[in-house]
Amino acid sequence: MKRLFRHFRAGAVALALATWLPGAALASSTADHSKFESLKGPFTSAPEVTKACLACHTEASHQVMKSIHWTWDFTNPDTGKRLGKTRTMNSFCGSPLSNEPRCTSCHAGYGWTDARQPPEPVQQNVDCLVCHDRSGGYKKVATDAGHPLYEPRTMGGKTVMPPDLAKAAQSVGDPGRDNCGACHFNGGGGDAVKHGDLDSSLVKPSRKLDVHMAADGANMTCATCHTFNDHIPSGSRYDTAAKDPHGLDLPKDDHNRATCESCHGDTPHHEAKLNDHTDKVACQTCHIPEFARGGIATKTLWDWSTAGRKDADGKAIFIKDDHGHLSYSAEKGDFEYGENVRPTYHWHNGVTDQVNIGDKIDDSQILRLNTLHGDARDPDSRIWPFKEMRGKQPYDPVLKTLVVNHVYGRDDSAFWGNYDYAKSIKFGMEYAGLPWSGQIGFIETRMTWPITHMVAPKEDALKCGQCHTRGEDGRLAQLPGFYMPGRDSIAWLDILGYLALAGALGGVLLHGLARIVMNRKTRHD
Amino acid sequence: MIKRDVMIYTRYERFWHWSQAVLIFTLFFTGLGIHGTHSFLKFGQAVTIHTYAAYALMALWVFTTFWNFTTGQWRQYLFKKGIIKVIRFYAWGILVGEPHPYKKSLQRKQNALQSLAYMTFMVIIGPALWLTGIAYLFYNEWAGQSWAVDGLWFVAVAHTVAAFAMGTFVIIHIYMTTTGKTPLHYVKTMITGYDKVELSEVEEAYLAETKSVEMR
Repeated sequence: MKRLFRHFRAGAVALALATWLPGAALASSTADHSKFESLKGPFTSAPEVTKACLACHTEASHQVMKSIHWTWDFTNPDTGKRLGKTRTMNSFCGSPLSNEPRCTSCHAGYGWTDARQPPEPVQQNVDCLVCHDRSGGYKKVATDAGHPLYEPRTMGGKTVMPPDLAKAAQSVGDPGRDNCGACHFNGGGGDAVKHGDLDSSLVKPSRKLDVHMAADGANMTCATCHTFNDHIPSGSRYDTAAKDPHGLDLPKDDHNRATCESCHGDTPHHEAKLNDHTDKVACQTCHIPEFARGGIATKTLWDWSTAGRKDADGKAIFIKDDHGHLSYSAEKGDFEYGENVRPTYHWHNGVTDQVNIGDKIDDSQILRLNTLHGDARDPDSRIWPFKEMRGKQPYDPVLKTLVVNHVYGRDDSAFWGNYDYAKSIKFGMEYAGLPWSGQIGFIETRMTWPITHMVAPKEDALKCGQCHTRGEDGRLAQLPGFYMPGRDSIAWLDILGYLALAGALGGVLLHGLARIVMNRKTRHD
Repeated sequence: MIKRDVMIYTRYERFWHWSQAVLIFTLFFTGLGIHGTHSFLKFGQAVTIHTYAAYALMALWVFTTFWNFTTGQWRQYLFKKGIIKVIRFYAWGILVGEPHPYKKSLQRKQNALQSLAYMTFMVIIGPALWLTGIAYLFYNEWAGQSWAVDGLWFVAVAHTVAAFAMGTFVIIHIYMTTTGKTPLHYVKTMITGYDKVELSEVEEAYLAETKSVEMR
């Protein structure tokens, strides 16, 4: 009965949301920003626009400065470890340190040129437009520490014009998919590179690609789920919500809708047996059968150890594969890519250990850059899908730490241009103020990225038999520690069982044969 | 003594027997599918059919237990002497044309071996299946316990063992139905309900008078 009631309630809420969401997308503001004199410009720099915004939105910059979008600083509440882009290593680019104007182009501010220090708390250095520009014209240029272009610039043989700041300022509104995507779709240095479930195909996704964000689906934006509270976003990869015991957010809102349960509850299916899975299996596991489904390949391997090769003429080598992807870059090494990638699955309780720059590492085995906690016996764990990223990256084989590689800059040490690890790592480690033995080795790394976007329509969800199978290719064939019907059995017990059946069958057949052969009447009366 | 066609399996008993047979075949087939032995069905389909069939069989057993006790038929399953003779008969006597060492009567429908086999079926194999089956079906109600991971292993293994035992029982049971006067005699009896039973004159007169058991 309780179940039935919950079921009904979940349905009612889903219905309420379904009718409410498109309305929210159309809701108009009581202010038309194109009518404000102060936004008509002309603006010579983006901070001037911010200043104009802050004249009315007096608290906005203070709020943003507390968010991870500004601080790049996060203390993991589970492990107590201080994380953030300037500390925590990944298997893609390495460290932003010594590469600032390039890497801090995705900082939600302007002019953060030295990431060894926190960004200066200058109010007008907060970038309002990157999130709120709805003209589509505003863009942070990749190399200017968060600033957009102010003059035309030739890049890759093309002249790129600066954005119309006044037009952008007058267009502001709630962030769209393209706003968040400007940075988050390009994590790792390019479209789709890092996450696998976040790329530019999500700006205008089909229903098949993302049932929530598709225009003919729920037409949601990122922030529909990633609720912002005073400019603080919800949802985190450092501190994952592997299970949301709060469940439905209405009528009691926890102001964090970045879990499926927030809208769908924990018993969202019509079939009770499916609901029986939600305590152990994350929604994403069945409902995101593959990632990188939008036609843009994600990087699955990045091997820095081969970087720096030049041809006979001394020219840096770049090789493209049949699909036009770089398979080798002298700047970055070897790459592999994947589209429609089947995730790997692990138990996860939301606690993750990250490796920071400077941490002692064990180089006797493959280095896990993030170690997931959780197992089958842990009530807080569920089975989650992940993108498994394979890497090989420079480290110090004497001091046993990862190293800062200075890749970007117009100096004689930057790897991109000089192709000399000895110089670029020396520069990077000195810049970061970290000890370095002078030795360079390469260590194989693995990194697991939780898959949670690109939710498919329900008809494309995994079928029971894709996990419940004896087959080697079963989705959970490698996941240990629990009994799963259809996958597991005890070999000797099965043999005994089949022997019993076969023995009985053989026995009665022999007996019957004996009766026929003896050819006697077997009447009993 | 007179031999008469007497209704020894009443309508409910036959309904019980045949519906139980269908359900057990369904459960065994879908169960093997869930177990991964074959893949004639999709896993989800197999689970759905298995679950409904299990509920149906449990309901049938509740009714039948009620029927067994209200009619007193449960006594048919009690232990009887002479089991060695019956085993000896099926092992050897049946091959050389010896008569069956047991005589069917209204109060003794089953021989000693039958009673023992059915008793095992009803108090060991059956309950082992439905107890572990219910635990399996309602796994989520105890999944939060600290022992749930080991508990599920135990439940799954015990259910599998009992299912193999049931399969073995059914194979032998079906073969035994061919050991009557003719290979199909017992099957016919279980369909029509009538079998030839020796009655004393007193018994015959009593049954004819009271019509407590049908005769033809």
